[in-house]
Amino acid sequence: MNTEMIGIIATFLITLILAFPLGKYIAKVFKGERTVTDFLLPFERLIYRFCGIDPNKEMNWKQHIIALLSINMIWFVYALFVLLFQGNLPLNPDGNPNMTPDLAFNTDISFLVNCNLQHYSGETGATYLSQMIVITFLQFVTAATGIAAVVVLFRAFAGKTTEKLGNFFVYFTQTLTRILIPLAIVIATLLAFNGTPNSFAGKDSLVTVQGDSVQVSRGPAAAMIAIKHLGTNGGGWYGANSCHPLENPNYFTNMLEMFAQVVLPIALVFAMGFFIQRRKLAYVIFGVMTLGMLTFMIPNIISETAGNPAIANMHIADAAAMEGKEVRLGVTASAYWQVVTTIISTGSINSMHDSAMPMSGAMMLLGMMTNCFYGGVGVGILNYFVFLIIAVFISGLMVGRTPEFMGRKIEAREMKIASLIALLHPFIILAGTALSSYILVHFPDAGWAVKPSAWLNNPGSHGFSEMLYEYTSSAANNGSGFEGLSDNNIFWNVSTGFVLILGRYLPIIGPVAIAGLQASKKYIPEAGGTLKTDTATFGIMTYAVIMIVAALAFFPALTLGPLAEFFNLK
Amino acid sequence: MKKYFLPSLKLTLVTIILCSICYPLLIALIAKLAPGRGDGEKVMVNGKVVGYANVGQRFSDDKYFWGRPSAVDYNSAGSGGSNKGPSNADYLKTVADRIDSFLVHNPQVKKEEIPAELVTASGSGLDPHISPKSARVQIKRIAAIRKLNEDQLVTLVQQYTEKPLLGLLGPEKINVLKLNIALDNLK
Repeated sequence: MNTEMIGIIATFLITLILAFPLGKYIAKVFKGERTVTDFLLPFERLIYRFCGIDPNKEMNWKQHIIALLSINMIWFVYALFVLLFQGNLPLNPDGNPNMTPDLAFNTDISFLVNCNLQHYSGETGATYLSQMIVITFLQFVTAATGIAAVVVLFRAFAGKTTEKLGNFFVYFTQTLTRILIPLAIVIATLLAFNGTPNSFAGKDSLVTVQGDSVQVSRGPAAAMIAIKHLGTNGGGWYGANSCHPLENPNYFTNMLEMFAQVVLPIALVFAMGFFIQRRKLAYVIFGVMTLGMLTFMIPNIISETAGNPAIANMHIADAAAMEGKEVRLGVTASAYWQVVTTIISTGSINSMHDSAMPMSGAMMLLGMMTNCFYGGVGVGILNYFVFLIIAVFISGLMVGRTPEFMGRKIEAREMKIASLIALLHPFIILAGTALSSYILVHFPDAGWAVKPSAWLNNPGSHGFSEMLYEYTSSAANNGSGFEGLSDNNIFWNVSTGFVLILGRYLPIIGPVAIAGLQASKKYIPEAGGTLKTDTATFGIMTYAVIMIVAALAFFPALTLGPLAEFFNLK
Repeated sequence: MKKYFLPSLKLTLVTIILCSICYPLLIALIAKLAPGRGDGEKVMVNGKVVGYANVGQRFSDDKYFWGRPSAVDYNSAGSGGSNKGPSNADYLKTVADRIDSFLVHNPQVKKEEIPAELVTASGSGLDPHISPKSARVQIKRIAAIRKLNEDQLVTLVQQYTEKPLLGLLGPEKINVLKLNIALDNLK
């Protein structure tokens, strides 16, 4: 086995080993049990007092949703204001301009929904101030929003029949003080010591060995890069994201960043097991998620390491798929990252996805189309929960029993919500792609700032993949892109903006509503006839439901894009 | 909704102070202890800054080891890849042209010896490294121009090859800037 392969296996194992105790710790924090971070309690009480929050006042699921939406709305207005006027605000050593209204709208929404689509480049499109008080800020708080929402779900299934599901603001605050900020400090420190800049000096100018005059972009980057991964946000400090040698200076930082983005999604699955005291259920869910990851990762690694057949035909030393990749990271770690970042909705990149092999492109798209194998912090479990409810229902029908989950009946209302959420995702992706394709074909010369005919960076089916990828990434709140697409113009900024909103809030509201409704139902103790949900059989069932829904919805689109390219690439 | 507005507003203010001011400042403070003091690690020659250790720069002169093609021409004011798809005909033409151009500059090298990474653009456009294989394929050219012994260059390349992390994780690599500075110092 070569050192590149050992590198990714080691990364995954280290992640698992650390995710387990972290999950245990997270469960304790939200259960209010004793933890090592209890010294922060007085500080948290101070925050509650200042904000007028009564930490003991519990909310029902509707109040949770209202609190979540209220605070999100405030962030939206605040961020929009800063982005529109960033050029005139302080901490702008490079003199970068204000964002245009459509770009500010897109950027604001995109970071607000934990997507980080980035139709700008960090070096020229944002200021240090906006990177700190908008971008970094939203990377923290949107991750905390996702975790707070999933804790509501934990609470709903933890106890007896209840309407009271804890306090949203408390979950939110504790996520920041007990989980995200401490972890971010550790990771940012490690990055800084490995060469990632973190100062307030502007661009440096110098003359190279060969006599070229160049500039080097810097800034307080390490702090942001830590939370961009921990919070499964993904938006980069620099335009090239974690391909950039300052954002991801060496193989160690690459392992660290791969670890940082996937550790919380995995830890939260374990946390659920500890919280609701159903560890076996958590292990089954973890197993299904890991199986899902491998389903995409193995073909991806095979196609990336096999290289580009068109370059093989040129008969040079090798056909390594190094276009868009970095030597210090190598092909294998890039392939690993491609899959991890797409299944967990991070969307940071360490290689250019647009230049990946067609089959890898298909796997990345599928990772976002399923969007629940580990998934984004908090929301991954919520997405998975929707499919789990559907699987319970279908299994119930198959064996002729009333569908039940955790001792509560699943009825028409819950099933309607689950089905709507499961279908919403393909709907917004395919409708968006259809719309953009229609405009591209019928109005290629529309008089916009960027004509539709100039949108695509690649011809044929790969061009179609660029559009499909953009909407899939938006709907999944992922944020990576086939970056050849000219997306900083009014059509893409606005259309993806709406897809982003739909792809975020409904998939949070739906599962939380189901959980809330379930929690208030009568508890029926498990009996011999109850469908067991913590078995391998049921795990396979859930896996099948996820894959079949994805296949039915997306196969035609995948055929037009990456699969057509795969069969034509010789 | 009104009931939650004021707490939300105040909590927003608290989190801005905590996550966007205290946290980045703390990291900036810690970074002062890191190599490069948080400004990025610089490389000096004769007391003059000639580059950043982690940021690639353009080497196109035949007397230097070349780095990889760059979509941003190594201007690190920005960054980015070509974003060309693997089946794009224009892209494949570019690669073929790079191969031809490499052969013109390296008449001693056969086509079958050129590693793909030397004719494909990096993701950041600022890749500071090449693999040992890509350095070795350029030795004949450099030895001829600089009138150096090939063995000397083989040793130099070996000396500047960075092993995988802990000897077993990830690829081998060579920092092109450091290698070329050492090359200039070779007598």
